[in-house]
Amino acid sequence: MSVLDKVKFDADGYMEDSNAWTPEIAEAIAKREEVTLTERSWVVINYARNEFKVKGEAPTLRNITKNTDVDTKELYSLFPGGPGKMAAKVAGLHKPTGCI
Amino acid sequence: MKTFLILGAGTGGTMMANKLVKRLDPSEWKIILVDRELEHYYQPGFLFIPFGYYKPEVVVQPKRKFIPANIEFVISDIEMIEPDASRVKLAADKRVIQYDQLLIATGTDIHPEEIEGMKDGGWYKNVFDFYTFKGAVELSKFLKNFNGGRIVVNIAEMPIKCPVAPLEFAFLADYYFKQRGIRNKVEIVYTTPLSGAFTKPVASRMLGDVLIKKDIHTEPDFAVSEVNSSKNTISSYDGREINYDLLVAIPTNMGAEVIGRSGMGDDLNFVPTNKATLQSNKWENVWVIGDATNVPASKAGSVVHYEAETLIENILHTIEGKPLPASFDGHATCHITSGFNKSLLIDFSYDVEPLTGVYPIPVIGPFPLLKENTFNYLGKLSFKWIYWNIMLRGIPFPLPPAFSMAGKRQ
Ligand SMILES: Cc1cc2nc3c(=O)[nH]c(=O)nc-3n(C[C@H](O)[C@H](O)[C@H](O)COP(=O)(O)OP(=O)(O)OC[C@H]3O[C@@H](n4cnc5c(N)ncnc54)[C@H](O)[C@@H]3O)c2cc1C
Repeated sequence: MSVLDKVKFDADGYMEDSNAWTPEIAEAIAKREEVTLTERSWVVINYARNEFKVKGEAPTLRNITKNTDVDTKELYSLFPGGPGKMAAKVAGLHKPTGCI
Repeated sequence: MKTFLILGAGTGGTMMANKLVKRLDPSEWKIILVDRELEHYYQPGFLFIPFGYYKPEVVVQPKRKFIPANIEFVISDIEMIEPDASRVKLAADKRVIQYDQLLIATGTDIHPEEIEGMKDGGWYKNVFDFYTFKGAVELSKFLKNFNGGRIVVNIAEMPIKCPVAPLEFAFLADYYFKQRGIRNKVEIVYTTPLSGAFTKPVASRMLGDVLIKKDIHTEPDFAVSEVNSSKNTISSYDGREINYDLLVAIPTNMGAEVIGRSGMGDDLNFVPTNKATLQSNKWENVWVIGDATNVPASKAGSVVHYEAETLIENILHTIEGKPLPASFDGHATCHITSGFNKSLLIDFSYDVEPLTGVYPIPVIGPFPLLKENTFNYLGKLSFKWIYWNIMLRGIPFPLPPAFSMAGKRQ
């Protein structure tokens, strides 16, 4: 039995309901994605969730690096394989709308 | 007398000035248009200059020529916008303009200094952009004498204006070197922060196929961390390093600095704008058009044209105190040049990605969608004539502003 059993995900693996998110779910998603969460990852996750609450959208990388003390290089080491998408996934946010 | 102030006399500002002058009562409204430049550049033409397919002079015309005589055209840098006080400060003569309605059309520009090392030694030596007139002209001189080696095309980060232009550059480079008989001596690498050739799945797959067919190597998910001009390498945050003989860069695109200075922009100085009405999210008498907005539509001239149709109705209704009627659907139409005499056409909106099928244009259509075709290319070339003679002058032409599914295959 995993905490993820009751969580609904979209086709790309993003949580459908970001309100249902808990820190335990974040840990479980991270494990599934083979990412280890550190104290620094949580700086990003907490910031991303806050931004989402205010703006209704996952923050861009530029926004994260501008408003936290995590720089782009560190973001890539914390969330390998595309920090924007991975951070949003772990933070239980919708897929970043990103670009057109 | 009331003042309608337009900031930026590029595609959107000029188009809207022409529309407004016809619809606003001249006994009630004075229209003022501000830009720091005297020349209007046809930016889609920048793509053809590096290869010598366009002479630089065909993309430049005096701005004045497209601005109605009864509009006050001011040449000046815009220093500050103070939307809470409905006031704009200009650099020239320290002039202050009090406005009743404001339209922001200040576009977007490239910022190579955002990428570490890009502006060091190699800039305009073997590192070029083609998103500016100067960049395109300098690159044309370099390409003339380029006889072989690796060309790396790099998109630094999204969004960029005309998101298909870098692909078109790669396609045209393939064609250009084939014509010169040295394609076998030239390697073309396309590096992009996206996971494929384009932002939307169907188009990404189709365009990805074209890249493969033209023997252009794609390096996806490439987030550039650094350019090293002494080693001629470009690196990504995940540790990839690629050598180049020529780097064709599409640096970070940002909205005008004055937007940032005035505290009106997002992280990239784009103005938060209602994506349906094109009204500023914060100020009711501030409207935004074109590349300056943050709306999730392509930053393209065709989009500016579709937006203008919505915007004019919304502005007039607001002035008359009526509710906003028109809503913009994110409609974009792009010709993607894939060789000297071929191009693909894509047509999409906020909600519908580019699909295959045909695009029904009355009289001259239908154009096949997402398929290489000579006829489409004629469409692209005639765009220059349409731009100078119809679009900028705000004359309606037979392209329906609203996105339609007619002819598209799902
Ligand atoms: C290489 C390339 C290829 C392209 N190809 C296509 C294509 O095939 N099809 C298509 O539809 N679109 C294409 N585009 C995009 C198209 O050119 C733009 O989307 C369009 O011109 C945007 O219009 P705009 O009015 O928003 O901005 P612009 O036309 O860029 O105008 C902005 C104006 O604001 C002025 N300004 C900015 N800041 C200040 C200030 N502080 N003070 C005074 N003035 C200021 C500038 O001088 C400028 O005149 C291409 C663009 C490029 C670069």
